[in-house]
Amino acid sequence: MIMKTLTKDPLNLIIAGVGGQGNVVISLLVGKAFIREGYFVTIGETYGASQRSGSVMSHLRISQENQYSPFIPNGRADIILGMEPVETLRILQQFGNSDVITIANSRLIHAAGMEYPSLDEIIEAIKGLSAKSWLINATDEAVKLGDPIFANMILIGALVGSGIFPIDSKSMELVLRESFPGEKLETNMVAFTKGMELVAQ
Amino acid sequence: MSGVGLDAPGSTQLFIGNEAIARGALEAGIGVASAYPGTPSTEIMESLIPVAKEMNFYAEWSVNEKVALEVAAGASFAGIRAITSMKQNGVNVASDFLANLVMSGIGAGLVLACCDDPSAISSSNEQDTRNIAKWLDIPLLEPATFQEAKDMTKWAFDLSEELNSICMIRSVTRIAHARGNVTLGELPKKEQKAHFDSICPVVPTLPKFIPYPSAWLHSQLHGKLDKAQELFESSPFNWYTGPEEAELLIITGGSCWLYSLEAVNALKLQSKVGILKLGTIWPLPRKLIETHLGKSQKILMVEEIDPFLEGSIKELVADLPPASPHPAFYGKHSGHINAYGELNPDLVIEAIAKIMGLAYQPRDPEYSKKAEEVPFTYMPPRIMTFCPGCPHRATFWAIKNALRLDGRDGFVTGDIGCYSMAIGPAGYFQERTMYCMGAGAGVANGLGKLGQFGFSQPVLAVCGDSTFFHATIPALINGIYNKSNFTLVILDNNATAMTGFQPHPGTGVTGMGETTTVVDMEALCRSLGLQVDVCDPFDLENSTATLLKAIAQNGGPRVVIMRRECELVRGRRDKKPPYKVHVDPDKCLGEACGCDRLCTRVFGCPGIVWDNESGKATIDETICTGCGLCADICPQGAIIRETV
Repeated sequence: MIMKTLTKDPLNLIIAGVGGQGNVVISLLVGKAFIREGYFVTIGETYGASQRSGSVMSHLRISQENQYSPFIPNGRADIILGMEPVETLRILQQFGNSDVITIANSRLIHAAGMEYPSLDEIIEAIKGLSAKSWLINATDEAVKLGDPIFANMILIGALVGSGIFPIDSKSMELVLRESFPGEKLETNMVAFTKGMELVAQ
Repeated sequence: MSGVGLDAPGSTQLFIGNEAIARGALEAGIGVASAYPGTPSTEIMESLIPVAKEMNFYAEWSVNEKVALEVAAGASFAGIRAITSMKQNGVNVASDFLANLVMSGIGAGLVLACCDDPSAISSSNEQDTRNIAKWLDIPLLEPATFQEAKDMTKWAFDLSEELNSICMIRSVTRIAHARGNVTLGELPKKEQKAHFDSICPVVPTLPKFIPYPSAWLHSQLHGKLDKAQELFESSPFNWYTGPEEAELLIITGGSCWLYSLEAVNALKLQSKVGILKLGTIWPLPRKLIETHLGKSQKILMVEEIDPFLEGSIKELVADLPPASPHPAFYGKHSGHINAYGELNPDLVIEAIAKIMGLAYQPRDPEYSKKAEEVPFTYMPPRIMTFCPGCPHRATFWAIKNALRLDGRDGFVTGDIGCYSMAIGPAGYFQERTMYCMGAGAGVANGLGKLGQFGFSQPVLAVCGDSTFFHATIPALINGIYNKSNFTLVILDNNATAMTGFQPHPGTGVTGMGETTTVVDMEALCRSLGLQVDVCDPFDLENSTATLLKAIAQNGGPRVVIMRRECELVRGRRDKKPPYKVHVDPDKCLGEACGCDRLCTRVFGCPGIVWDNESGKATIDETICTGCGLCADICPQGAIIRETV
């Protein structure tokens, strides 16, 4: 019952962020969308640093044929969804390649006790290491919706809206409807649509 | 019903390995589940608890892993299938009972699910539980996929009953905490009745649940292992893929199977390299392995932590008839596979490429060059720290100041919990020893008896509230009995916070959410005749003074309870911060202050950041939880907290 054919098998997606931002939620929602359509999905998470301000990443591997391991090999990411600029760059350095596509939140999170580098330089480096990239200030947009946590949903919207991803907005919406009960759904849907708009512009 | 209790046979779910194990236990018809939380095993119980009432089984967070295993054994003895789950260190705690339990039989199926943590991502040690199965003669299965985690767990109950022995499931972080496809099976719907019957079916005069006579039972145990091996020889959890004659044979199991498969594909060696995947890890299916050993002159063992398969298979080869061919072995002893840390596809690719004399390039070298040229300064490391608003940050700030004021080179002995992060900058490097649950107080007992050797440094032992109940109480009683000189600081945040806020005996709530008696640690300590002070760590002045007073005393142990709820628990419940915090830019003197950025560089709450443009501190409102503690540490009073 697989609807679309993957352009590459396995398709390797990395979600990069800072502990507490919500990596695990994004990876689960995206993964569920693929499971609904009959794919094999493997998700690997960084757990120790979750909620404790460390660097975190989720590896999503989608295949029509096999269950893959939860580790994307070095240099083999196809799409990087960055929730924070420095973390996006860190992942690009290890897992990027000439074809990698990047969608990243341009809002920084300081590393405790460390000097944060120039944001412009970071963004330049991200663009330089990506075949194609979108940088959006998902956090500021989320704050407008009432809570920085909606940045996650804006980024999922951007991922789906970018057209680089073999899941359409209808499939993703079904997962969101299943996952967010009652009143929570509405704002999450607004955030999702906002994310789609941000990459369409 | 949702999650692991979903009654939808044939449907495919996206489960983490721990959920798959929980589902397997449900499909096996468990009546009892017990556990003590520990990463990466916690979610086995976490996913069972929400469905327990509806599915009519009993689930509990036990006080520690030994008791958890005993609870499960009790159920098994009365004919109820039971599972207990824990991390690798937990098996050590349970091992005393376990080592005796194996000598007797069991009642209904009894399974111990253990999650190892290669690379010690969330652990104080890196330990391979497969060795415990071999050491104690326990049949052990290890899943390679999420589907297998479910299927094996279900089968482990049948196996346990067939062998009349406890069985183990071993998984590792990359199964336990990774997520993948699991197709559900049927859930049994039958009534269970518990009855304790201790008549041994073999020799009616012998007790069934007493390991006596031990030597005879030990021989019986070996017979159980022989039977397990026979069953394992034809197990569907073991299989070979690859050519009939291979240039290289990989023997592997668990998560390493997926890495091996990917490595062989990445190097395009499918027609040259074979993989024997094992799921029944102890006892090994010797005949099956012998059959496949003939496939190649080169054998590579791919496994994490210890050379368990490697050693066991070399033993097996030593038992082969003298004329048998002797293959070349590659693995940990040859240096091709790391003898520590977890593996991944890259490390296995590297090992295979080395043996086969191949080069491997994951990406365009031009790209690699460009990626590696990104300056390191662009990517400042993020060290793990206490959450914004965490009471432990306040406690260690007070401890640091109290020890400095005391001035006798006092120090902290600690153990396992969020507060373990006090070994680093999060807790100002205050914790100077950190081993296992309860060891902070235990080690303090020894240090506190060294006065006759001229030892005069104050000793402060710290433990969390859940750790207090788990393993600290015996050490504290030992200190009273033997008059050891130390201060015990209990960091009471009313939850087992490190693993996800599980309740414990001090919280007044059971794992299944029922109200229960609060085991009052303060009253308990007072009943032992101890002097007990209780502080709110956010009252830095009082906390520091109280600690200083306790440190200054001599004689037997005294207790200071630092009591404040975990900020993550409070935040989720209250949904709003207690204070609105901001920096008054007129009062913050920046570099001119002389405090040397005390708030961002030393205090280290992630909510306070240094703004390079203004050269002053500022609050990141998306991170700050509004605890307001930083207002008390700024020497200029530039951090302002306003009641919300």
